[in-house]
Amino acid sequence: MPVYTLKINEQARTINVSPDTPLLWVLRDHLNLPGTKYGCGMGLCGACTVHLNGAPVRSCQLPISAVGNTPVTTIEGLDPAGQHPLQKAWCDHDVPQCGYCQAGQIMTAAAFLKQNPAPSDPQIDEAMAGILCRCGTYVRIRAAIKDAASVKRRA
Amino acid sequence: MNSASSLSRREFIRVSALAGGGLLVGYALPDKALAQSALLDNTARAFTPNVFIRITPDGIVTLVAKNPELGQGVKTSLPMILAEELGADFAKVQIEYGGLNAQLGPQEAGGSMSITDNYQLLRKAGAVARTQLIRAAAETWKVPEHECSAAKSCVTHGPTGRVLTFGELATKASLLPLPSEDSVVLKRPAENKLIGNRVGGVDNPDIVVGKPLFGLDQMAPGMVHGVYVKCPVFGGKVISANLDRIKRMPGVLDAFILEGSTDYYGLMPGVAIIADSTWASFKARRVLDVVWNEGTGITENSANYESQAAELGAGAGKVMRNDGDTAQALTDAARTISGAYHYPYLHHATLEPMNALAIPLSDGGMQIIAPTQLPENAQEVAAKTLNVPKEKIKVQFTRIGGAFGRRLVNDFVAEAAALAQHVGKPVKLVWTREDDTQQGKYRPAGWHFLKGGIDASGQIIAWHNHFVTVGLNDRMKAGTSADMSSTEFPGRFLPHYRLEKSIISTNVPTNWMRAPGSNGLAFVFQSFVDELAHAAGQDPYEFRLKLLGSDRVLPGTGRWDPPYDITRMKGVLKLAAEKAGWGRKLPRGSGQGIAFHFSHGGYVAEVAEVSVSRDGALMVNSVVAVVDVGPIINYSGAESQVQGSIIDGLGAAWLQEITLAEGRVEQTNFHDYPLLRINASPAKIEVHFIQSDNPPTGLGEPALPPLPPAVCNAIFAATGQRIRRLPIARTDLQWS
Repeated sequence: MPVYTLKINEQARTINVSPDTPLLWVLRDHLNLPGTKYGCGMGLCGACTVHLNGAPVRSCQLPISAVGNTPVTTIEGLDPAGQHPLQKAWCDHDVPQCGYCQAGQIMTAAAFLKQNPAPSDPQIDEAMAGILCRCGTYVRIRAAIKDAASVKRRA
Repeated sequence: MNSASSLSRREFIRVSALAGGGLLVGYALPDKALAQSALLDNTARAFTPNVFIRITPDGIVTLVAKNPELGQGVKTSLPMILAEELGADFAKVQIEYGGLNAQLGPQEAGGSMSITDNYQLLRKAGAVARTQLIRAAAETWKVPEHECSAAKSCVTHGPTGRVLTFGELATKASLLPLPSEDSVVLKRPAENKLIGNRVGGVDNPDIVVGKPLFGLDQMAPGMVHGVYVKCPVFGGKVISANLDRIKRMPGVLDAFILEGSTDYYGLMPGVAIIADSTWASFKARRVLDVVWNEGTGITENSANYESQAAELGAGAGKVMRNDGDTAQALTDAARTISGAYHYPYLHHATLEPMNALAIPLSDGGMQIIAPTQLPENAQEVAAKTLNVPKEKIKVQFTRIGGAFGRRLVNDFVAEAAALAQHVGKPVKLVWTREDDTQQGKYRPAGWHFLKGGIDASGQIIAWHNHFVTVGLNDRMKAGTSADMSSTEFPGRFLPHYRLEKSIISTNVPTNWMRAPGSNGLAFVFQSFVDELAHAAGQDPYEFRLKLLGSDRVLPGTGRWDPPYDITRMKGVLKLAAEKAGWGRKLPRGSGQGIAFHFSHGGYVAEVAEVSVSRDGALMVNSVVAVVDVGPIINYSGAESQVQGSIIDGLGAAWLQEITLAEGRVEQTNFHDYPLLRINASPAKIEVHFIQSDNPPTGLGEPALPPLPPAVCNAIFAATGQRIRRLPIARTDLQWS
């Protein structure tokens, strides 16, 4: 099996897996980064969202052979101290219920706010529409994103 | 060293010194005779009973969260109850998740019962500890106890302002005789400092940085990965499989057939694949080719269920309740209407698929680490599957990535245990999303054939319902969660009411799903009441108030059928109408709908406002919910449950349906079993609580049932289209 050296959360990590292994399972099974979640395996739910060079991607759909040198950021690497404005807003608004989807929600929102630091309500809905939350925390996700966006603008 | 004075016979609290000194308060449940005798044996030091509170001299206050956390918030709210009475600084306490431990009492997460069952128990446990700490402080200072108070994990002497921390008092408190739980004084509601506040979930800081909290995140040294493939037709058996080919695949360590049992809720026959990674096991699963003996289930399909139900519904069923003379009253009624209602099978669709980690133990037992709602049952299921005594199964439950009732069945635990036993290694079993969708334990489908009569004054006088439900390969007995109580609304509210029941036999295993029974029944009954209101030419809100009638309490029959306080229901209904601005004039294509429902001891009314475009696109713009579950423990968690129930109820009612063809579930993943997305969620969800002076009850479920009928009634108001069949998406909502 081929050897891959990945740039994950600003660290070089070397693994030996078959080329078609999705990044999701490399993170979870081989790199001890289980914060990225398996939900559907078809790119439908967004629970596995990570950043590839800052852009949100579905890690369940991304074979490891396609990652190359591109930097990957997972929920564990967004801000390990939990001080990213979105992480703080998520706690302030008590967003999680079961919490399983929230890594995907936060990673999607983080990439979105970089592109659009002052989003409107419909823009938030549009950006977040791909990430399912079975518990229905959407009301608070909207509020937390708005809050984090305004914090970022003040900063 | 230890003493336990004033033991009541039924319950007792005890204290024991921890190694190194410390206060440990346990609270035994009434029926733990064994624990009691062990205590009386005066070997208390070695006896570690139902520990909820631990305070060590270094000042760390540890509270035990006894029930599984699945998003309903009990890992936060139950320790809050302890902390309130204890006077602990909640921001600084450590919350410890209890494993399966008989000393902690029942540990199920179901039926919205965690608050109901534990509120008094935990308050007393906290109050005993607080009383003891105050006593220790008072003795230290040589002052009367009543001059001392506890707050922020400290005891303060009022007159002098002296302060001792709980940590400083721990050792002394552990040595004093303990007050009985009957002698301690609980706080009055006005004295509460923590209960009723907005408190964030205790795991939130870990969730937002991706810590491994869930079942799927668990690992063990030497662990291998397993999938288990069962027949797509429920109950089918394995004839053969291409095991040799599978075993040659990269990463695959083993593949084998398990005979299993005939228990649809236990270990079914199937093929196991063991691999060195999840991906290797999933890949091999795709190549796996099984020859099944599908059995008689192969003939099952949804259209067949539909026609059987219609046929039965047209005739007479078994009489479940018969008040007055419904047939005569319908004949005499000024106006009668009829409606055939249907709700489909539903899947729980937890975002974390079924999974479990099983670790073989050297004594032939098994350690189970799993996201289960019923850890005690997980132990029994694993013991039965492995044919070992229950005591040899150790169960640890994890945070759960959504449950909704699905994880009340421990089939995934049985499978993980069987696989681990077979290979003699720790096995993490993971179901694919497709397995999860197609091997569910579904919310039962149901049909209701209704006739209603209105008298000349516009009152409902008669209601006839022929309820057709499903049995698991059984025409005599309704399947799990498929029956209906004869006290269900509007039974007991009308002079002439008749409920008949018939059962069709299906090969679909059913199970409890969030607000079981109620999640379908409220849709039917609150919709048909709406039909009758419109037929009578009356306002649907006023009509409901009249139907509820005078203030009174309808008696209950036990734990799952509590008394129904009409005053409380009218209270939430009135406030919902007021807060939603009920009766506002809206343009064609927009409408308000109202509904109420009583379940799990909770009273909820909801008003939905929808708009439907001419080409039939539905948008639920706002929902106002008013809830009376007594005092609220954690305002944030409670509000979150109501918001979530509304979105969950809307997604299910609008979009979801499980159907069968050739004995197989047709849906496979989120493209054909969709969850509601954020951009289809109401822009506004408003939640109000009436914090009545009643014992607090749970809120994981009761806010869901009124949502589907509120929305369907709003669709009628907007378009004149009556939804009698879920999901709503099946109906073309175009209007002109």
